[in-house]
Amino acid sequence: MDKDNMDIIVSNLSKSFQAVKAVDDISFEVKTGELFGFLGPNGAGKTTTIRMITGLSKPDSGTIITAGIDCSHNPKAAQHLIGVVPDESNLYPELTGFQNLCFCASLYGMGKAEREQEARKLLQAFDLSKAADRKFGGYSKGMKRKLTIAAGIIHKPRVLFLDEPTTGIDVASARALRIMIKDLHKQGTTIFLTTHYIEEAERLCDRIAFIVSGKIVATDTVQNLLKHHEGKHFLQVTHQGRNADIAERLSASFAHLSFSFSKDNTFRVESSEPINITPLIMCLEELGIDVSEAKRITPSLEDVFVRITGLEADAMRKDKEKQGGAK
Amino acid sequence: MKKWIAAWNILLKDVRTYYLKPPNISWGIIFPLAWTGMFLIRSGSGLDSIPALLPGLMAISILFGTTSMMAVTVTFEKKNSSFDRLLLAPISFDLLMLAKTSGAIFFGMINAVIPVLLASFISDIRVASWPLLILAVFLIATVSTFLGLLIAIAVREVFEAQTLSNFFRFPMIFLCGLFLPVSKLPIFIRPLSYILPLTYGVDTMRGLITGGNFMPITLSFAVLTAFCIIIFGLNKHFIKKRWIT
Repeated sequence: MDKDNMDIIVSNLSKSFQAVKAVDDISFEVKTGELFGFLGPNGAGKTTTIRMITGLSKPDSGTIITAGIDCSHNPKAAQHLIGVVPDESNLYPELTGFQNLCFCASLYGMGKAEREQEARKLLQAFDLSKAADRKFGGYSKGMKRKLTIAAGIIHKPRVLFLDEPTTGIDVASARALRIMIKDLHKQGTTIFLTTHYIEEAERLCDRIAFIVSGKIVATDTVQNLLKHHEGKHFLQVTHQGRNADIAERLSASFAHLSFSFSKDNTFRVESSEPINITPLIMCLEELGIDVSEAKRITPSLEDVFVRITGLEADAMRKDKEKQGGAK
Repeated sequence: MKKWIAAWNILLKDVRTYYLKPPNISWGIIFPLAWTGMFLIRSGSGLDSIPALLPGLMAISILFGTTSMMAVTVTFEKKNSSFDRLLLAPISFDLLMLAKTSGAIFFGMINAVIPVLLASFISDIRVASWPLLILAVFLIATVSTFLGLLIAIAVREVFEAQTLSNFFRFPMIFLCGLFLPVSKLPIFIRPLSYILPLTYGVDTMRGLITGGNFMPITLSFAVLTAFCIIIFGLNKHFIKKRWIT
């Protein structure tokens, strides 16, 4: 491991809240200029990890090195090099968009002329120029997220922490934010992105760590993670009606296949051999279940996530629905 | 230099966002007026009693103004997570606390000026030393603001901040010699008076305005300064303990 090329090195980091182990002995590195995804369901420990790395929370144990600075005992040591976009849009409701950006820039010691120039530039880049003089409290959710991201980057941080940046906003705003994140990445900013949107992580990140119940269960590039499914065959079946015995019957009849069931009347079939659809459909018809669609699918990161974590992707979808998130 | 830019802008933001709001300006005027009226009615001795009442009025105005503003604004910012922005700023906790409290200290001092102005119109106020009076006002405002921050650290909700503030403030105004000189309090209560910073502030101002202090002014200044340092240290300790969890 070349430490000079690493912007974040986390070793054996742990944090408990009373009896709950929120983060359990995790270790990972983020390379300089990398877009690193931290993927896991709600309560997995993503935000706690960010809070510890940025100095908002004190680890029980472990070391944190940010941009070459050991922050384990002095969490403020690297704060001038980082930008943080929290999961909540936490700017000041009484200040306008422009005032909020100028204030955030001033916290990093930027002079008046410089911060006003940067604020105007970012408001334009984020398509918020027209709302610059409106109070932040009156912004829509999407506008709030955009301005919060602008506030996180106004001082041009070397390392940017984005905590669930697209959660709870509409599809168009989420798409616009992803483009902005890609642009920042292209400009060389190291980005640590937490999300529970598997597709988002797949689209944006160079490398991904899966975190479940405070533990990192896998860390790799998207390509390498998908390699686990190379040579495997997948089939997705959508059906009408549900028979309680369906899982048991299919597993018994097709022992060479593995099935994973969702609650939305679909199930997936996985096999190392090409899957013969006809007997499967006949079996379902015998059970009184109408098949409305059966299609071969290319394995996605979601499949990898389900296989590695043992969590159904449904758990992540529920998170999305609860928060009214965009796909 | 960069750190001072941050600190100055924290102060400016607070002044713009909280202290210059019309409700707070009216609070700063109405509150001392209300206390003045109440004291005058209670004393029954008319305008002649104004110089004797003034130290108490100033102290109460400072105490209520600073603790309310500090406890409520910080709790509000903690509640909506905007305080995290300040904790993430690359400035020391000491400077952050000074920046965050300086607005309330200034607000408290302004609150003290209003009774003085009112009193000067209706009575003959003679102050032994204006610079010492300003210093006393500054120290009372500082110690009260730091107490307000201590309350903000202890609570999570804005209404809790108000409740806890009153839990401290009301016993303090009864025990610090405002209504009854400390020497006339029951002997077993007096030790409580001596651990309250307001006792020293009121006594100092009383000494400077009427000459009726029972402790040396230099001692009171020293004790008030010590209170400021101790409560500042406690704030720093508890911020690290409770907010960097």
